[in-house]
Amino acid sequence: MEPRPRSFYALAAFFTLFLVFLYGPTITIAVLSFQGPGGGLTFPMRGVSLHWFRDLFEQQAVGDIWGSFRRSLVLGLMVMVTTVVVSVMGGLAFRKRFKGSSILFYLIITSLVIPSILISLGVGLIWSQSGLPVHWSTSGFGAQLTWTLPFGLLIMFAVFNRFDRSYEEAARDLGASPWQTIRHVVLPIIAPSLIGVALFGFTLSYDEFARTLLTSGSYNTLPLEIFGMTTNVTTPVIFALGTLTTMFSFLVIGLFLLIVWWTERRRKRHGSDAGKGMV
Amino acid sequence: MASPLALILAVFLVAPIVMIVIVSFWGATEFSIYPAFQFDNYEFLFGSDVTYRVFLNTFKYASITWLFTLLIGFTVAYFLAFHVRSLKWQVALFLLCTIPFWTSNIIRMISWIPFLGRNGLANSALISWGVIDEPLEWLLFSDFSVILAFVHLYTLFMVVPIFNTMMRIDKSLIEAATDAGATGWQTLWHVIIPLTKPGIMIGTIFVVTLVMGDFITVRFMSGSQSANVGRMIQNDIGLLQYPSASATAVILLITVLMVIGILLRFVDIRREL
Repeated sequence: MEPRPRSFYALAAFFTLFLVFLYGPTITIAVLSFQGPGGGLTFPMRGVSLHWFRDLFEQQAVGDIWGSFRRSLVLGLMVMVTTVVVSVMGGLAFRKRFKGSSILFYLIITSLVIPSILISLGVGLIWSQSGLPVHWSTSGFGAQLTWTLPFGLLIMFAVFNRFDRSYEEAARDLGASPWQTIRHVVLPIIAPSLIGVALFGFTLSYDEFARTLLTSGSYNTLPLEIFGMTTNVTTPVIFALGTLTTMFSFLVIGLFLLIVWWTERRRKRHGSDAGKGMV
Repeated sequence: MASPLALILAVFLVAPIVMIVIVSFWGATEFSIYPAFQFDNYEFLFGSDVTYRVFLNTFKYASITWLFTLLIGFTVAYFLAFHVRSLKWQVALFLLCTIPFWTSNIIRMISWIPFLGRNGLANSALISWGVIDEPLEWLLFSDFSVILAFVHLYTLFMVVPIFNTMMRIDKSLIEAATDAGATGWQTLWHVIIPLTKPGIMIGTIFVVTLVMGDFITVRFMSGSQSANVGRMIQNDIGLLQYPSASATAVILLITVLMVIGILLRFVDIRREL
């Protein structure tokens, strides 16, 4: 190997600084969430304790944190499943031109770039004007899909752009029905990317704020609850909550990465060539 | 196969836009809104110089954030794509850059407080080094903190597409440039940057639209002291002035779509996936 150029070290230093910038604040509030009972929102630490975490688990803490966590979790799973199913179907459909396909494509792009407050406001208006009660599982659910679906679809487009079609043709030649072809040939090949789509679906929903603001009704999701806390909580309890949800996000991301790694390994062990259907 | 997608987008994207356009012509009293067809909301909007100032401020946030995210994002992507040698490390470091995207934006904003506050880390460090005597007041709740948060939240929207296009550049092109006697800078300027343009454009679309449509970062990081268009809309919503919020939203949407329209002339998204 040739020696590294001097620019490598400069860029490596820059990259390290970038990571510090990216993670530094998160690590800081993680440390501060262990403040002693008398500590404030900034350093110095006045002792080390689990006081603020205990506060979260006690009933008298502000609002309904655990209820909102449960709602966010259920909503995230709903959005995740829908995003995966609809993205796969959409991805399959977009392999051929169909009537309205370019309009639909531009709608997907619009959905991605539209300011989120417009979705919130528009969906909220439709619901209120037609006399329906806004609820996180109906209006909130739909509003979040406008954010997760474009990501799912863009991933699917990228996947199908690289998809080797001869595998499907082979299946058809062997007499597989269209459903069998999808179930036994297409889905196994694209499986790892589906895990990616699921990750996007869940985490983007779990953290979404703007689109749920006017569409979730009287029961808050977790980000809404946290935002409510920022205006009236001035103790490190908010850092404790932030640390916990970030830990939860990391756990979810780690879980998804682990599943990807595990499926890859299983494939290799079984000598499966499912992953090779990409060109 | 595309019908569930079409249905969802029809109900939750097209219908809300149509609804906002309709309501933007309605009237409002202090407590309720009523159907009408009047241009009052738009007249008021265009007649007030607050509107122009707020739109200008929105563009200011967008362009400054764009500049910083581009410079940082490009450098990071360049390092990952051309200086990290094994694919394993590239993937690992790339993941490290993208993980924050899957965590909560609000928490990432909150986490700046202990840094930037009056008694925060930045101020105490600067005081202990003797750079300043008094804590700086403009670190938190200012334009500075708003843009810092934007850059913090959205740089990875630049890193990902730029890295993606850079990974597809044929390495022999760079060798050819070196063999032809180009310096590192010349290769960067005449080979890598032109080939990375599609990625830069996609990143730009993300960053510009996210910043222009934002209301929560500005509200939180400026401590309600600065405004952008999103804040203006949110204010009206808070006062139950939905028609006037809708009119502002319509103008914002047109502005954003115009910006995107211009940017899309430089890149074919479907080819870049």
